[in-house]
Amino acid sequence: MRRPAPRRRGTLLAVAFLLPNLVLLGVFTYRPLLDNIRLSFTDWNISSPTATYIGFANYVEWFTSSASHAVLWNTAVFTAAAVIGSMALGLALALLLDRPLFGRNAVRSLVFAPFVVAGAAVGVAFQFVFDPTFGLVQDLLARVGVAAPAFYQDPEWALFMVTATYVWKNLGYTFVIYLAALQGRRAELDEAAEIDAASAWTKFRRVTWPQLRPATFFLLITVLLNSFQVFDIIDTMTRGGPLGNGTTTMVYQVYQETFVNQRAGFGATVATVMFLILLVVTLLQVRVMERGQER
Amino acid sequence: MSAPTPAGGTGLRGRVGGYAGLLLVVLLVAIPLYWILISSLKERPDIYTVPVSWFPDPVTGANYSTVGTGVAFTDYLRNSVVITATLTVVQVALGVLSAFALAFLRFPGRTAVLLFVIGSLMVPNQITVISNYALVAQLGWRNTFAGIIVPLAGVAFGTFLMRNHFLSLPREIIEAAEMDAAGPLRMLWRVVLPMSWPTLIAFTLITIVNEWNQYLWPLLIADDASVAPLPVGLAQLQDTQGLTNWGPVLAGTVLTMLPILVIFLALQRHMIKGLTAGAVKG
Repeated sequence: MRRPAPRRRGTLLAVAFLLPNLVLLGVFTYRPLLDNIRLSFTDWNISSPTATYIGFANYVEWFTSSASHAVLWNTAVFTAAAVIGSMALGLALALLLDRPLFGRNAVRSLVFAPFVVAGAAVGVAFQFVFDPTFGLVQDLLARVGVAAPAFYQDPEWALFMVTATYVWKNLGYTFVIYLAALQGRRAELDEAAEIDAASAWTKFRRVTWPQLRPATFFLLITVLLNSFQVFDIIDTMTRGGPLGNGTTTMVYQVYQETFVNQRAGFGATVATVMFLILLVVTLLQVRVMERGQER
Repeated sequence: MSAPTPAGGTGLRGRVGGYAGLLLVVLLVAIPLYWILISSLKERPDIYTVPVSWFPDPVTGANYSTVGTGVAFTDYLRNSVVITATLTVVQVALGVLSAFALAFLRFPGRTAVLLFVIGSLMVPNQITVISNYALVAQLGWRNTFAGIIVPLAGVAFGTFLMRNHFLSLPREIIEAAEMDAAGPLRMLWRVVLPMSWPTLIAFTLITIVNEWNQYLWPLLIADDASVAPLPVGLAQLQDTQGLTNWGPVLAGTVLTMLPILVIFLALQRHMIKGLTAGAVKG
């Protein structure tokens, strides 16, 4: 036979089509993931050619230091608030803009717009929006007779500030996903509920919400993954401060330890722990989802 | 609360509540954007006033000309275009080819390859930077376009998106094309792609937005305005000018946001289609 058998030809072609992409993902995504594990057992300055093996010392330090506990707490608070905040608000907005209101298309675009702009640009601009003397927020608060909290000095308010900024920027995403789900739902069910004269709340809980479950699950995973990784807004607004680690999340700690404090081994430890947390959380969610589908 | 009243509220009370909600949303999203924009058009004393002024008096383009000339903003803009354009072309090409192989070609280990691609979606760029930085430094790629672009060039999301779309195409047409013994490349070009424009546009748009907005990786690799993209340049501008001179910084912010907002407003429908593709069917 002159031509190779179709199956062989298919394999050759598949290799040609897939190889560049698989090599890139392998070298720049999976290799560093594994390399992180090796590096996490070393003491290493990122610009030095040699890393010294130090066993579990980095892990011991990370799990016992109070700074890390603060970082873990910040990450948990930021992530939980970002996930719950953007999903609840996104759902409320989707329900609102699913109604036949005049001008809703323009408002839909407006809500989605911040999602497409650079997080770094939003962070830079919002540093000014929250400026304690000349900012927008202090001005609006002053109009109702409230003194602006110390967003850049008080760690709790700083964390609130970066979380609110993140939710403001990413609301558009949860909104469009919920809106698409609402538009794809089965109108008959709604109508049946209407004939039953069910109250709005009962109708939502019994008819609409169950139909939104796939979207809710999808968002739970994607928003969690995304908010867990926020770097740009924190870097441009607070540099992880105030008071050292007021708004330092795990991602920010990876950056700071590796590239600012020159402790790449310790940075790799934080990165490894972070990945393990992500892995467990995602697997748990998939588990829960599968259970839900079986029922 | 008007929020949890789905679809209902056709009565007057519901409608008033609906418009009140609409107004609230507009204020919440639009006021900060409006305020950033007008502040970038203010003279310096006008920015530093208490209470804040809601209209620039007078309107000035001075901040924009400062940004355009004083700092290397045009360089940052060029770099952003180079990085985004290259990554978009490469990622779309790689994504389409990978998706085509995964959807239409038969070869051993196909499921494993698919899992390999999807699995990488779970690995955030932020935790691969340590080892990638060391590798790029070793290759002598620091402060080069190659150093910024190559490590970001792999495609997982787009591959998955295109594959799912390819699988949804009518089987009869694909099989007919296979019968015609059209070569796979011809089949991709003549049969598959012409039926895939909306998804391909969505994939392209999402890629443009993502790459234009990259921050951490170029921040680590770029040392100066020769390769740094806009978000990195903007953060540098904030470092040197912020607090004491917000005008040019805000002008830079507006310039960074504007190109992507224009693209988005023109093509938002396509982009939203791509983002929602995976979510609704569940």
